Amino acid sequence: MSEPQIPIPHCPAPLAAALRVLPLAPLSLSLTMFSRKIARNNPGLFQRLGAYARADFVLDPVDLPIVLCLSPDNGRPKVILTRGRGDGVARISGPLAALLGLVHGAFDGDALFFSRDLVVEGDTGAALALRNAVDDAELDLAQEAAAFAGPFSRPVQQLVALAERQTGLCLTRPEDATIW
Amino acid sequence: MVMEIVCPAGTPAALRAAVKAGAHTVYCGFNDETNARNFPGLNFNRAEMRDAVAFAHRHGSKVLVAINTFPRAGDEAIWHCAVADAESSGVDAVILADLGLLDYTARAHPGLRRHLSVQAAAANADVINFYADTFGVKRVVLPRVLSVPEIAAINAETEVETEVFVFGGLCVMAEGRCSLSSYATGLSPNMNGVCSPASHVDYTEDQGVLDARLGGYLIHRVNKGEPAPYPTLCKGCFTASDKTGHLFEDPVSLNAEQLIPQLQKAGVTALKIEGRQRSKSYVAQVVQNFRAAVDALEAGRSMPEGMLARLSEGQAMTTGAYKKTWR
Repeated sequence: MSEPQIPIPHCPAPLAAALRVLPLAPLSLSLTMFSRKIARNNPGLFQRLGAYARADFVLDPVDLPIVLCLSPDNGRPKVILTRGRGDGVARISGPLAALLGLVHGAFDGDALFFSRDLVVEGDTGAALALRNAVDDAELDLAQEAAAFAGPFSRPVQQLVALAERQTGLCLTRPEDATIW
Repeated sequence: MVMEIVCPAGTPAALRAAVKAGAHTVYCGFNDETNARNFPGLNFNRAEMRDAVAFAHRHGSKVLVAINTFPRAGDEAIWHCAVADAESSGVDAVILADLGLLDYTARAHPGLRRHLSVQAAAANADVINFYADTFGVKRVVLPRVLSVPEIAAINAETEVETEVFVFGGLCVMAEGRCSLSSYATGLSPNMNGVCSPASHVDYTEDQGVLDARLGGYLIHRVNKGEPAPYPTLCKGCFTASDKTGHLFEDPVSLNAEQLIPQLQKAGVTALKIEGRQRSKSYVAQVVQNFRAAVDALEAGRSMPEGMLARLSEGQAMTTGAYKKTWR
């Protein structure tokens, strides 16, 4: 039987180039504040993490020169970007587009894993809990970013829509198709 | 009558996706050891179950709750409580496997419809009729080890509705009796609700070669570019008598989509999709595919060509025992 592959867009090269030189501390701080906003809007996400609500995770977009270290800290998350390997109980690696697609429920995590687009290392239970918690939260990072931007909500939405069209990255949550 | 599509939901979001995608029925479980998919981050707390049932019923879908592990002696209250909470949530049926729990439910909750889980491994008409006569079981989920003619023979000898797996993970063992995972991890699918628990799974990749271990035992090694398997023992690669291969079953998924017409002729009532551990994306895609198939069958159209291979373990599929001669 044929094995159709999941079409995963490439991360734009300028983004990777920028992240080679940009200072990571302010980016980490912004992402921490952003993740705390998401946490306030989605408390169920951390309940679903259960025993792993205080575990540290490494998310490695393999087409970017950084990794993202996420500490959920039971609803008061912290994000640190680093150009090193990062440290955590579980490491999930894959193209940025795959990781964003997972967050938005556009891709099935197991299918990405079977096709080896996604690599899981360390505590598989922790990685599974994170995957399931995020899948259930039905996050929309574009909407969260717009809300986070306050008075700049509208331009942020327009910017995200433009970026999504230009790059093919899944930056918003696709609507569930109601077919019946 | 159109065949009933019974879909998995590991989370409330997956349940909503299944309902929107056209599931006639969704099955799920509480977030504890009472169900056979007791995985991290999965399942429903009591409030989520009530909301999920209300959502499904508003959209015309049914909800079944799997309480299909085997209670530990002395801790039966956990399982009894799950049955009571399922009934008070308004679920349409509970899926049970344990004789004692079936007896308790029949006596304490006689108005609650009872289905027999695949975990009971009921594979012949005599035992199915026993469950019906003794505990009022209305439907049985058949083990994934029967051929289509065998299923037809069972249906000819029982009034109990039959439900068969048509897609997803392929368990080739006598379900509810298998102890392979217990030997490797100390945790049992039958008592703890976890077959090959993620907490005991370890992946290491070196220069493209991926090793998958369960409880420290190497179960699979695949080369660069080959599909990644999940390290379940029954689909592991073993060396025995100078031969190396998948002793019991290959790491593949079941897909009996094209057999749906034959299953209908065999008297099957409902088609079950495996995968409560999978994402809402998987649920939506598989449900849409199978709903389209049964609707095409009902309308007399040809079966649509499925596109589900990439969702499958090993990215390969089989019709399992339905058309297979076992090794």
